[in-house]
Amino acid sequence: MNKRNRIISMISSILIWGSGQFFVCKQRIKGLILFLLQLIFVGIELFSGYWLEALSGQIKHFTIRLHGGFFTKGIWGFITLGTKEGGRNGDHSTMLMITGIITILVLIVVLGIYIYNIRDAYKMGKLLDETGHCLSTKEYFKSVYAKFFAYVILIPIVIFITFVVIMPIIFAIFTAFTNYNSNHLPPGNLVRWVGFDNFKKLFEIPIWSSTFFSVLRWTVIWAVLATFSTYSLGMFQAILLNSKYTKCKTLYRGIMILPWAIPQLISLLVFRNFLNGQFGPVSKFLMDIGLTDHRIAFLSDPFIAKVTILIVNLWLSFPMFMIMIQGILSNIDKSIYEAAEIDGGGSVKIFFHITLPLVLRSTAPLIVMNLAGNFNGFGTIYFLTNGGPVNTNYQFAGDTDILISWIYKLTLDQRLYDMAAVMNIMIFILIAAVSIWNFRRTQAFKEVE
Amino acid sequence: MWKKRLKIFLINAEQILVSILVLVPVVWIIMSSFNKGKNLSTASFIPKEFTLSNYVDLFTENEFGHWFVNSLSIATLNAFVSVALILLTAWVLSRFKFKGKKTGLLTLLVLSMFPSFLSMTAVYTLFVVLELVNKPIALVILYAAGAIPYNVWLVKGYIDGIPSSLDEAAYIDGSSKFNTFRKIIVPISKPIIVYCAVSQFMMPWMDYIVPNLVLSGNKNKTVAVGLYSMISTDQDANFTQFAAGAVVVAIPITIMYLIFQKFLVQGIVAGASKE
Repeated sequence: MNKRNRIISMISSILIWGSGQFFVCKQRIKGLILFLLQLIFVGIELFSGYWLEALSGQIKHFTIRLHGGFFTKGIWGFITLGTKEGGRNGDHSTMLMITGIITILVLIVVLGIYIYNIRDAYKMGKLLDETGHCLSTKEYFKSVYAKFFAYVILIPIVIFITFVVIMPIIFAIFTAFTNYNSNHLPPGNLVRWVGFDNFKKLFEIPIWSSTFFSVLRWTVIWAVLATFSTYSLGMFQAILLNSKYTKCKTLYRGIMILPWAIPQLISLLVFRNFLNGQFGPVSKFLMDIGLTDHRIAFLSDPFIAKVTILIVNLWLSFPMFMIMIQGILSNIDKSIYEAAEIDGGGSVKIFFHITLPLVLRSTAPLIVMNLAGNFNGFGTIYFLTNGGPVNTNYQFAGDTDILISWIYKLTLDQRLYDMAAVMNIMIFILIAAVSIWNFRRTQAFKEVE
Repeated sequence: MWKKRLKIFLINAEQILVSILVLVPVVWIIMSSFNKGKNLSTASFIPKEFTLSNYVDLFTENEFGHWFVNSLSIATLNAFVSVALILLTAWVLSRFKFKGKKTGLLTLLVLSMFPSFLSMTAVYTLFVVLELVNKPIALVILYAAGAIPYNVWLVKGYIDGIPSSLDEAAYIDGSSKFNTFRKIIVPISKPIIVYCAVSQFMMPWMDYIVPNLVLSGNKNKTVAVGLYSMISTDQDANFTQFAAGAVVVAIPITIMYLIFQKFLVQGIVAGASKE
């Protein structure tokens, strides 16, 4: 079989984009478009830098830092993070890193188009070899119209997400491998790549590792207790609401749903005042009725603050589970209960053998989501106690800080961007492991497979 | 008989008790907002003297009016932009076959797991470069992009459940793709659209981290940052005004939540199970 056309077409497209399509396969417009794209990419590099001047000998000391184009300068910046320190003419390391990442992302797109161009030239050549004639550009675009439509809508959205969501995440991940912190702040100072030093610091320097593991321990305890307590109370209230003995169900439900409907930030700030140890009404009330003879530090004693946070969280979050479980309970077939009663099951037995398993099964995904949410429950901690009281044995953390609020402090108060990034990666690994495990069991995932 | 009575009594007593515990902080903050005097320590549960001066001061002494308008415009714009982007993306991902679809969906899934302020520093630097710092539109850009990963999965799941025979019938009748989207997919997806719109509308009101980072200056604050700033420095001194602000913000949002609760519950359940 003759393979001539596909090989010529492919080789010429490797050298000059679209030439295989243009000359061998006679797809003039498609070939031209690809060629134009190549021109644009090469043009960007040539004209954003000083290549032409350099080639014609006008520049004596050529450096990529000063004279490179968009692509070379971007890559150079990403690798070196700048070479000239300080001042107005110095290099801005983080800016260089961001442009570097953007350059790499653009290069990936360029590479994608290039590979498409080669593969397409080969495919069209093959078609020519096998059938003796080739598709016109018009026929080709018609054949890909369905896919084309999806891309037209998605490409702008993909670009949008890439810049606003993906690029910053990539930046944050790379930050973990630099010394970007309060001692190395651009534009005054340069940032360096430091490899795994920050991870070593986290595990080898005692104050970092002890803070990390203490905060992690409280984060896990908090997430588990918060989810478990709100779920239990939610279920309890839902069962009571559904009980035939309950009068004025709508009234109770209407009141108990309030914490769910009131914006959480407002509730948290209200509680911050309500439970204020020095001026707050609760500790004053407890003193007035003689339960205690001194002000209680609800939010500033290490242990009491933790308990307070859990109780406030209970107030905030039990209604959500109550509403969900109430919905499930009212959908359970009544005949199951009747059958159980005939068989002589007591109400406790019925609960543990029928109600609980049914409710648990349908709320399992909600529980996992709630766990993950509490794990990263910045608001509850930060707005109630600011993570405090400050623990002097900890590195910039307080007794009630969870990982996410600690990261927030490291970033905004301490400007230890490098260590904050390391912590971010740890959190992501933990959350991703749980979420993927949870998600793999659901229907949606099986459909993607 | 007495056993049944006891049961009725206990069950109702418990619910009354829980209702009271739920109501106490709510009533307390409302009452505080009518207190004369500014302090937390002197504010009493039943005001000795009713006054509306806290509400007046909120708008005259503070820039609360500006904060409210900022939040309202950001929230409204965000709801529209986010829903449009989410719906279009979800529709394409649900209904069209194309190369890279699976990779795209899994990427979105991974992205939805990153804690949102993981990327704060980079976003801030990017906004400095694009000169978006201190412009409310920056928040909308960030919220809308951030909402896509999670919500696209949610809405895609919903659209997957709409029988595709409906669209095919429309196509046979000669309807264009966008017309089919507008006339068939959008009306049927109303519950999930309401969920996305309401949750995207609510979010900017209560988000503190992003506006605190991106917006500066007292006039540019959003309600969340403004309210927090009133009590974060000196908890005692501005308390009754804070109470008034909390009430002004909480009432419309709470009512909105109660009106849309059916949609919100459905949305949360769908988000957790993604089925």
